Formats: sequence, C-alpha cells, structure tokens
Amino acid sequence: MTDMTSSVQSAYVRPAQARRDIGIKRRYAAERRFRAYGVAAILTGLFFLFLLLWTVVSNGYTAFQQTAITLPIEFSEKIIDPKNERADNPAKLMTANYPLLVRDALVKALAIDPSNRALVKQATDMVSASARTQLRDIVIANPAVIGTTVDVALLAEGNIDSANKGQIDLKVAEANRKVKDQQLAWMKTLTETGAMAKQFNTGLFTYGASSRPEAAGIGVAALGSLYMMLIVLALALPIGVCASIYLEEFAPKNRLTDLIEVNINNLAAVPSIVYGLLGLSVFINFAGMPRSAALVGGLVLTLMTLPTIIIATRAALKAVPPSIRSAALGLGASKMQTIFHHVLPLAMPGVLTGTIIGLAHALGETAPLLLIGMVAFVVDFPGSPMEPSTALPVQIYMWANEAERAFVERTSGAIMVLLIFLVVMNLGAILLRRRFERRW
Amino acid sequence: MNMMSEAAVEKALDQKMNTAPYKMTGKDVSVYYGEKRALFDVNLNVRENTVTALIGPSGCGKSTFLRCLNRMNDTIDSCRVTGKIVLDEGDIYDPSIDVVELRARVGMVFQKPNPFPKSIYENVTYGPKIHGLARTKAEFDQIVEHSLQKAGLWNEVKDRLHESGTGLSGGQQQRLCIARAVAVSPEVILMDEPCSALDPIATAKVEELIHELRANYTIVIVTHSMQQAARVSQRTAMFHLGNLVEENDTDKMFTNPDDQRTQDYIMGRFG
Repeated sequence: MTDMTSSVQSAYVRPAQARRDIGIKRRYAAERRFRAYGVAAILTGLFFLFLLLWTVVSNGYTAFQQTAITLPIEFSEKIIDPKNERADNPAKLMTANYPLLVRDALVKALAIDPSNRALVKQATDMVSASARTQLRDIVIANPAVIGTTVDVALLAEGNIDSANKGQIDLKVAEANRKVKDQQLAWMKTLTETGAMAKQFNTGLFTYGASSRPEAAGIGVAALGSLYMMLIVLALALPIGVCASIYLEEFAPKNRLTDLIEVNINNLAAVPSIVYGLLGLSVFINFAGMPRSAALVGGLVLTLMTLPTIIIATRAALKAVPPSIRSAALGLGASKMQTIFHHVLPLAMPGVLTGTIIGLAHALGETAPLLLIGMVAFVVDFPGSPMEPSTALPVQIYMWANEAERAFVERTSGAIMVLLIFLVVMNLGAILLRRRFERRW
Repeated sequence: MNMMSEAAVEKALDQKMNTAPYKMTGKDVSVYYGEKRALFDVNLNVRENTVTALIGPSGCGKSTFLRCLNRMNDTIDSCRVTGKIVLDEGDIYDPSIDVVELRARVGMVFQKPNPFPKSIYENVTYGPKIHGLARTKAEFDQIVEHSLQKAGLWNEVKDRLHESGTGLSGGQQQRLCIARAVAVSPEVILMDEPCSALDPIATAKVEELIHELRANYTIVIVTHSMQQAARVSQRTAMFHLGNLVEENDTDKMFTNPDDQRTQDYIMGRFG
C-alpha cells in the first residue's frame, strides 16, 4: 500500500526544469503575429479612407468659392424699356435685352472698342449667361432701379472661374485652350481693380440643375432628398417597428415565422437596383404614380430601408432583459402594456440607431432612383413630393458625367456635402445610443 | 402599535396558523413543458396569513408550482397546466378569470431584483396606475409612502423618490420590488428565491420584512436555504422530482419529518 502511494506520487511530481514543453513561446509569437495582422488591416483601411477623403477634399474645396465680376451696370431705360410700356405691360421687363447691359458695362470697364465684335464677344464670354436672369430679377424686384447705375456682382463663366482658381493649364496652346490670352489679361486687370474676386459660393446650395457650372447647385436635389427622407421616416419607422413588435412578441414561433425571418434577413441583402425595378413596375406602371417624383423615390427607399429597421428593432427588443417583462407581467400588466410601457422605451435607442442608419443608407442610395426616372434635369424647386425632383447622390452622378473642370470640383463639393450629412446622421445615432444605453 | 400588541398579534397569528382558512388550494396540479412533465399531481394548500415555504433540490418543480399560482407560466408557450388551483373558491384557470385581475390579487417578487429603470416613485405607482387604484397625485403619494413603509424602505429613500430605482443597492432594490408588489394591495405574495442574489445583511432585512408582511398577506416563498425556510415560514412543503413529498408545520418538518426523503434532504444527504 505504501509502495503504491509513493509510486503514484513520483509519477505526478516532476522536477520544475523537466516541465513539458507546451509551446508557450510559440503561443505568444502567434498572438503577436495576429495582432500585427490586425494593425495592418486597420492601417490599410485608414489609408484608403484617407485617400478617399483627400481626393474628394482636394478636388472639391474650391467648389465652395465662386469668382464674381462686379461691374457698374447702367440700367438704361433706352435698352430695357425704350417705349415706356412697363406700366401697362409688365411682361415687357421679362424679355428685355439684359445681356446688352452687361456688354455695355464690360466694354466700358475694359475700355474695348465696341465696333471690334470679336473682342467684345470674348469679353462677354467671361460673364455667365445667367447674368441675364440675374439682372432681370433685380429689375422685376425693383423697377425703380431703371435709369440708375448699380454695382452688381455677376457670376464669372465656369472656365474663367476655373482659370481664376488656377485650374486651367496655361501651357496648352491658346487655340486649344478654353480661356484665351486676352481674357487672361483682362482677368488680371479686373483683379487688380478689385472688380474680380472670389466669394463664398452660396449658389452651390441654392441653385438647381444647370448646364452652366457656375449656375448649377444642389439646392433642388437636396430638397428632393429631404422629401424622400421624410417619406421614408414617416413610413418605414412605424411599419418597421410594428412588424418587429409583432414578430418578436406576439407571433407564434413556427415554420411560417421562421420563413418570414429568413426572408427579412435576405431582403436586407437584396441589391438596391432590384428595389428600383420593383418601384418601377408597382408604383409607376401599376399604380400610375408620376415618374421621377420624390413620392415614388421615398416609397422605394422605404421598402429598401424596412429590413434594416426591422432587424435592428428586433435585436433591440431581444436585448431588453426578460426580468423587466416578468416584473410588468407579475404586476398584472397586459402584454401590450408590458411592451409599450417598458420594453419599447428600453429598446428605443436601438430602434432609433437602426432607423438613422437605415435613413443614412437611403440618403446615399442612387441605383433605385435611376430606374424610377429621378435622373432628371430639374431646375426648379419641387413644390410637393409629387413634382419632378432629383436627389443628392443622383445629382452627383449627373455632374460626374460632365466634362468641364468646374463640374469636377462641384462633383467633389457635393460629395463633401453628402458625406457631412451622413456623418452628422451617424453621429446622431451614436449620441442617441450613448445617451440612453446605460439604463439598467 | 406598541410592543405588547405586536407580540399579541404574533401570538394570535400563530394560533390561527393551523385553523386559518385555505387561501389557495392546488388540486392534482400537473405541469408539462412540451412533452416533459415537470409536476406530478401536486395537492398543496396555502393557509391565509401564513408564510408557506417551498423547498427542495434544484429542478424539483417548486418554482414551477409557484408560477402556477399567478399563472406566470402562461407566458411560456409550450407550458400546459392541468388540475385545479383555487383562490378563495374561484378556479384561477377558469376561462372567465382575467389573468390581469388575478395577478393584481396574487403579486410576485422575483429571484433577481428587477426594478423598472424608472424612478422609485414610478416603480411603486406603476401597478396602481394600470389597475386604476388611484387617480390624484395625493392618492398616489399616499400609496407610495404606505408601500415603501411596508417594505421598510421609506426612511432610506424618502428624500430621493425621483431618482432611478436601479441606483439602489441590491437589497434595497429587492425591497423596492416588494413595495411595488404591495402597492396593488394583493392578497397573496409569491416570492421566488427573493434573497438568493442578496448579501446576508440584506437577506436579514428582507426576512424580517416577510415576517411583518405576514400579518396582512398570505406569502408563498421558494427558497434554497433550509435555514431561511425555518426562519421565515410556518408551513413548509418539500418537493422532489416534480412530486410533493411532504407538507407540514415548519417546526415539525425540521425536527421530525414524516418522510425519509425530507429527512435526508434537510440533513444534506442529497440536493
């Protein structure tokens, strides 16, 4: 008996230096390698993110400035209303020859011989054709201005604007260049007299689509996007939350609900262009809704956002501790009271986070909008979601197809605006989560 | 109430113990979770103004039986209850009985303190609010003070009624849960291992509280601690493998049980 115990002991007690090699060094090395892979992966991601932001910002920051030429415009009655009929016929002011006012002002400012047609043409080319509407609006807003001379800041033409920002390659032969040497010389004089200067580009935020870059803006597209976001919020949030509450709390757990759950998860991964096709066939062809309207865009984006919201809401509902439900039920609350008094309020941060992320996703979505005709050249602000409109990402898509240098910078500028919207929305989601998360 | 009358009440209660009418009666209660049977024809009576302790090893069905008494098992889809449970003459599984009303009469305190993540005040007023027991602010104030006093928590929290209930200590939270249950003026209070998540000092306070509550309420308590059963209860029921092994006066149960299995469990031979 004693022999046995001693032999058992000797079998189990080993001298420290003879410990089995279990590869501790290798284990640590593997861990270090794994950490290095992780750091490398993150650095790669950060590098590309930085590259993206750098490209966008370096191309786009100039879009927030616009060159303007301030000229003393003489609102000559002889040109605007030679026969003095504006009292009887206000429409006369709409059709007056405003470009002539600009020409006269330029000829005077640059001291050009008015009979030298070619030179005058070069000079008037420097000012945006939108000057016509700009002057018209001034006169219509205040007809008393006729007969006086007022300093007006006219938008410079897109190429002149680019040249002023140093974006035109001057080494190219003059014949192949959009901006001629004479125009460059005038620009120099105008800059020296202070007539030509860069100012903040408010037009970028207030104008609609235009084939002239200096008169193109994202205002109309942003309004279209706003309409769509409101429609998505008004439809997707209640429908999504109701669906999730039913599925999570009331629905019996059987094959059918399992099937529904699998399908919802799959729908979240369906390519968005498919939703566009769905919207085209259901809302436009079948239901006869207007083409290229924010209403249809909003409905399509609602369908696309629903799975995201449902998945997030169900996860949030599931995360509410069962003890809270027991507590409410144990006090005699009905299932409905339990859900609406306790479970849903506690799940709300998760629901809102999911909704905001879904909205941000919808805000940046382009593909389904292409199919329902929202790639439209919309100049005027849509008065309602039923009117033709376009959306921010679609506007970016359309500008990206334009060739002028001024459109390139506007494309990047619009991307920056869109990214800022998205960042603000995601930040809102994070703050909401932080604010309400630690409640039990 | 002075010391004398308190002692007198105590004595009266103890005398009443064996003659008190049955508050709840379980007759041939069986519970199935899907195919699995968790309780086998349990016949157990709960006397009014008595603390009845349910003891037994884990998985013996004592919590299942407790949850039958206010139909909390209804919330589990696969659960099926047969037999009859009577509360004051009325079968609580009768279709005409509204479960909301039943749970207002039979309150429950859970194993883990589970106050709502709301203020202490709102925690207590939630039950009265949904049952329409009070309308004015003054009435609610009165219910809050009364319930918290009954739960022995009033002096500790009266200055911070509008702070979150989750900010209290574990023992205070559990007493808040008791106050919450008391606020709807139930007749029976079910307690499912109310002290298992508490430290000994908090446990002592809750036990003392159970002792006081007995004067006004019928209490059924599930506990894993034999000492606790001996300290707080007048009647004890021992469960084993889904069967009710023995039901007896607590004093007798812990000194001279009728059943060998009870003897073994109490002596720590299994469980």
